[in-house]
Amino acid sequence: MSFINYSSREINCKIVYYGPGLCGKTTNLQYIYNKTNPDLKGKMISLATETERTLFFDFLPLALGEIRGFKTRFHLYTVPGQVFYDASRKLILKGVDGVVFVADSQIERMEANIESIENLRANLQEQGFDLDKIPYVVQYNKRDLPNAAPLDEMKRLLNPSNVPDFEACAHEGKGVFETLKATAKGVLTDLKSLGGR
Amino acid sequence: MAEPQLVLYEEEHGHIQVVIDKLALEASAKAVFLVDKNGQLVAETGELRGIDTTSLASLTAGNIAATGGLAKIIGEEEFPTHFHQGDRDNLHITLIARRIILVIVFENDKSSLGLVRLRVKKASSELAHIFEEMQKKAEAAAASGADSPFAEITDDDIDNLFSD
Repeated sequence: MSFINYSSREINCKIVYYGPGLCGKTTNLQYIYNKTNPDLKGKMISLATETERTLFFDFLPLALGEIRGFKTRFHLYTVPGQVFYDASRKLILKGVDGVVFVADSQIERMEANIESIENLRANLQEQGFDLDKIPYVVQYNKRDLPNAAPLDEMKRLLNPSNVPDFEACAHEGKGVFETLKATAKGVLTDLKSLGGR
Repeated sequence: MAEPQLVLYEEEHGHIQVVIDKLALEASAKAVFLVDKNGQLVAETGELRGIDTTSLASLTAGNIAATGGLAKIIGEEEFPTHFHQGDRDNLHITLIARRIILVIVFENDKSSLGLVRLRVKKASSELAHIFEEMQKKAEAAAASGADSPFAEITDDDIDNLFSD
């Protein structure tokens, strides 16, 4: 859950990027890191294997500016996408304020996308969250690939509840900030509706 | 929702700061940090130059989460104390009131594990008490429907954050 510090006048929120292995979660964070003003970002941490697959998580702290005299800070995390790292994924979802689901548009990855969303829903439920109630955004990544599935089909399969969604090519940055902004906005709107509690 | 939001008011922050300043002094520690289990830095004291406190907080929480997971696998509820020994600096990590992590950085030639453990024991119970009070205060505020600055955030406020 978000952390409100009246002493330093800061709001801290946690956004988790979820999705199947190699869908581009880390690439999203790397692009955000590379394109953000150094004053607004902290160090990016990647706990990865020697082959650069996420082992535990990536972490990127970002400052967005002030709202009503409170500095808003977002902590962005990715989960390891590979199926057998499920125990780690559960841990990273603890205290989440908003979720981005990064889908791999390649047609042969559709089953992995569906499986990952089901896994997200189950793991959130285990932590006491409901995917239909928390701020949630879907990103259709790798739209530039020739084997990308039709967008309508992806929306039908992966976003039946019609949450905010974006097409993306994370390695060149397309859709990356749009996704982040929509998620951050969802988190702050949620904070507002909760009255800061 | 899974657990109540953590709200830190100035009054409690002051109390916490007194306890950790005293702990740092009495344990001859290089630095003391308090971190929320979700990876948010709550308070800090000591020699902080060159230490990336945001990363420290996030990794500490990850560490506690991972070892907590390990504990459950072998039938333990949690491993509440961790000690990481380095050539020069060491880390002593304690879980307080199941929610807050107390991190102490100490040097081999200025302090010892025994001294740190002794001082942590007393400070832990003081900190646990403060966090219990904080929790009660947050619950009371929630129950009374007290005003929060965030209840008045407008859509424009949010849009302005992304104006550039």
